[in-house]
Amino acid sequence: MSLRPELALLAGLIPSGSRVLDLGCGSGSLLADLIANSDCRGTGVEIDPAAVVAAISTGVPVVELDIDTELDYFADNSYDVVVLSRTIQTIRRPREVLQEMARIGDQLIVSVPNFGLLRNRLRLLRGRMPMSRDLPYSWYDTPNLRFTTLADLEQLFAEIGLNTEQRIVLNPSGRPAHTRGHLANLMGSAAVYVLRA
Amino acid sequence: MGADPLEPDSLGQVETQTARIFTTDAPLTLASGANLGPIDVAYETYGSLNADRSNAVFICHALTGDAHAAGWHPADKRAGWWDNLIGPGKPLDTNRFYVICANILGGCLGTTGPSSIDPATGISYGLSFPLLTVADLVEVHRGLVRHLEIPRLLAVLGGSLGGMQALDWALRYPSELATAVVIAASSRLTAQNIAFSAVARRAIMDDPDFADGNYAANQTTPDIGLAIARMMAHITYLSEDALTEKFGRDPHPASDTPGFGIDFAVESYLDHQGHVFTERFDALSYLYLSRVMDYFDPFADPSVLDAVRANPVKFLVMSFDTDWRFSTEHSRRIANQLERAEQPVTFREITSPWGHDSFLLPLPSYHDTLRAYFDRALSEVTR
Repeated sequence: MSLRPELALLAGLIPSGSRVLDLGCGSGSLLADLIANSDCRGTGVEIDPAAVVAAISTGVPVVELDIDTELDYFADNSYDVVVLSRTIQTIRRPREVLQEMARIGDQLIVSVPNFGLLRNRLRLLRGRMPMSRDLPYSWYDTPNLRFTTLADLEQLFAEIGLNTEQRIVLNPSGRPAHTRGHLANLMGSAAVYVLRA
Repeated sequence: MGADPLEPDSLGQVETQTARIFTTDAPLTLASGANLGPIDVAYETYGSLNADRSNAVFICHALTGDAHAAGWHPADKRAGWWDNLIGPGKPLDTNRFYVICANILGGCLGTTGPSSIDPATGISYGLSFPLLTVADLVEVHRGLVRHLEIPRLLAVLGGSLGGMQALDWALRYPSELATAVVIAASSRLTAQNIAFSAVARRAIMDDPDFADGNYAANQTTPDIGLAIARMMAHITYLSEDALTEKFGRDPHPASDTPGFGIDFAVESYLDHQGHVFTERFDALSYLYLSRVMDYFDPFADPSVLDAVRANPVKFLVMSFDTDWRFSTEHSRRIANQLERAEQPVTFREITSPWGHDSFLLPLPSYHDTLRAYFDRALSEVTR
């Protein structure tokens, strides 16, 4: 089974043999790939019951709990890598969750859609809420609770002492963009961060 | 489903077999150091072993269960106690899995227990039967697995006291099983749990017919005490909402004037449960097996996790949100201890209105989880 491109990109960032915690693992495809192909071990966390059963079917150990309030289940420094893929915008307390991730893991991988993409800004200027491939939901029917630009997110990383080791900006078609510096916040539709406390 | 032995998803007629697993000359040395033999084990099996004997699932029953987990005996009014889980096409699909269920040591339904005859004296053991632990129950299960010549189990599965056995087995002998499924169980009873058991035991032991455990010699049984124990335990197996749903404050149909008899439907139900229990269960087994639960505390010894650290087992831990006998906190503690030993643990809390007894019910989200888990486990050993 091949991973969708962004998950393949994440998988490529994770050293083989790692113990990986995937917060918001969905049906477990990233972990299943890492276990099968990268000699990794790990656990998924998911709150959607159907996704939990799907993850079980792929052989991924999965814990059904609320990322916002129940990460104390995991011990300090118990994982090599903690992944938060396209999930930070759906949780109530992103700051606390990032701090919990830093407590639990050594390396953090966070991917996030960018509200600050030029196209989104233009839609807002026209008086309409942004919608795009990376933000596909109507305002009244979205799992997303928190909207952040890359600049805002990077400020939060800095405030809580997370150092960005690597940033991969994705263009609107989901491929890595060659955009650097501040332009990323304008041209990036999403980004993947590799962080360490 | 399975309400009839002729239904296509029923196993139809099954039978209990008995094997002598330990003998007087080759007894089991219990965790306490005492020796016990002979030990006979009553068990049933469903389905067939595959060519490499890798599809065996061992069911551990709870406090008052028996070997008859599925299918029908000729005199049955209802199928085995976990028939909704085990059978052709069911989550434990007997077309693909080989399922074993044995009555536990200390029980009274075919396996050696305190009311068995002590060959040294020719009379029932009574209170001279040694105290048991969950580990002792597991040793007898292991003996049966050797007897059946199964090199490694695909899964050990149990609810409540059955879950304790699955947990203990996985912790001490991780190479003997691929997966352990621990449902509505506990790794350490609370004071409240022990308190309920204490009242149950007191009801039995203070029944004059208990006769210090020698009631078999008197040809009596402490039915009043045992029935009270069962009535109280039964309350703890259901949620308050479940009792309300079943009975509310409905009057008992045969009651016309208020008094101290059976005025309410719930009283009639408990009375019936207590009565039928005395026909199938033994008071001494109740004492011994409830004590087994009280003392179970595997994680008290931190080294208990050494074996699984070296040889991980896949665990599935599940609880039910209205279970107040062993609440989700009990299951979370088990999952958390295993997580901290870096085991591959899957943990779910299932929503159910029915309390502790939920583990015996065919709840869709619960059975879907078990089906997915067993299917995956089988695919990992047969691919």
